[in-house]
Amino acid sequence: MGILDKEFLQDNIVVTNLDAMLRWARVASVWQTTFGLACCAIEMMATSASHYDFDRFGLIPRPSPRQSDLIIISGTVTLKMATRIKRIYEQMPDPKYVISMGSCSNCGGPYWEHGYHVLKGVDRVIPVDVYVPGCPPRPEALLEGLLKLKEKIGNESLIKSA
Amino acid sequence: MKTFEEILQILKEKFEGENNIEGHKDGTEDVIQVTPSLIKAVSDFLISEPDLNFDSMILLSGVDDENGEKTTSEDGSFTITGGTLSVYYHLESTTLKHKLVLRISVPREEPVCPSVAMVWRTADWHEREAYDLLGIVFEGHPDLKRILMPYDWEFGYPLRKDYKNPEFYNGMKVPY
Repeated sequence: MGILDKEFLQDNIVVTNLDAMLRWARVASVWQTTFGLACCAIEMMATSASHYDFDRFGLIPRPSPRQSDLIIISGTVTLKMATRIKRIYEQMPDPKYVISMGSCSNCGGPYWEHGYHVLKGVDRVIPVDVYVPGCPPRPEALLEGLLKLKEKIGNESLIKSA
Repeated sequence: MKTFEEILQILKEKFEGENNIEGHKDGTEDVIQVTPSLIKAVSDFLISEPDLNFDSMILLSGVDDENGEKTTSEDGSFTITGGTLSVYYHLESTTLKHKLVLRISVPREEPVCPSVAMVWRTADWHEREAYDLLGIVFEGHPDLKRILMPYDWEFGYPLRKDYKNPEFYNGMKVPY
């Protein structure tokens, strides 16, 4: 981030630019919609519990999509659920991010051929930022995906035009 | 506790008539085949008769017997005409410790049979599932509507052997 590279003029005062400060704040607090679908959700809950603890990366589950920056699609997306996921996604305020967790939400997983009820990839209804492979992915894999997302957020700017 | 033969004998005496009640011992489990129109009456009898007292339904499931005439089209898909769909009833008496499997077979073109949802409440959602996935209509069911598939699903019944998945559902592409 480089925020602490700047000069300390007085005690407790950091001089930096607005862009770097906003970036630092956004990367350090990615709030996530409380939302789980299938077995991947169990793994996601394990990731958020004390052993792996993704709160240390600033991820806090929020009870409402309107307070969230991130939604983790953790599990099989059925056609019935897909319309609901789209609605939840649309309720989230910009800027918003999506992590697709596990084979099912990446591409349909084991249901790719005979799953009459499964959407073959959540990216058919909402845009995905990071795909985490696995069935289900280990908590380490989900954390890796989260760090990749943080990298992406850290390279964005809300002020400078791209 | 009663054996399969004893239960079969009791049912045959109670519901007289040709082919009303038939015992089948050729499968992995012994099955009593019942005429579809009688299933509600048989169920009422099985739960109320003190010597049988089938107070619990373990499971109700629908099956596509795939015994009709197959017509294969050029792209490899096929349609089935004629034949039957079946419903299996797995029952248990928690007091007398005996079990029983019943079966009814209804014609594929008009799969209608009486509901037993008011005999065993377990059957309520199970009959909805059989209706949802195979299209078997249970007459007298209190709330027969789809349970797993979306309410606006109009592409047929997915567990029928000749089911074809739609290309699109509500603008979402379905095939891989």
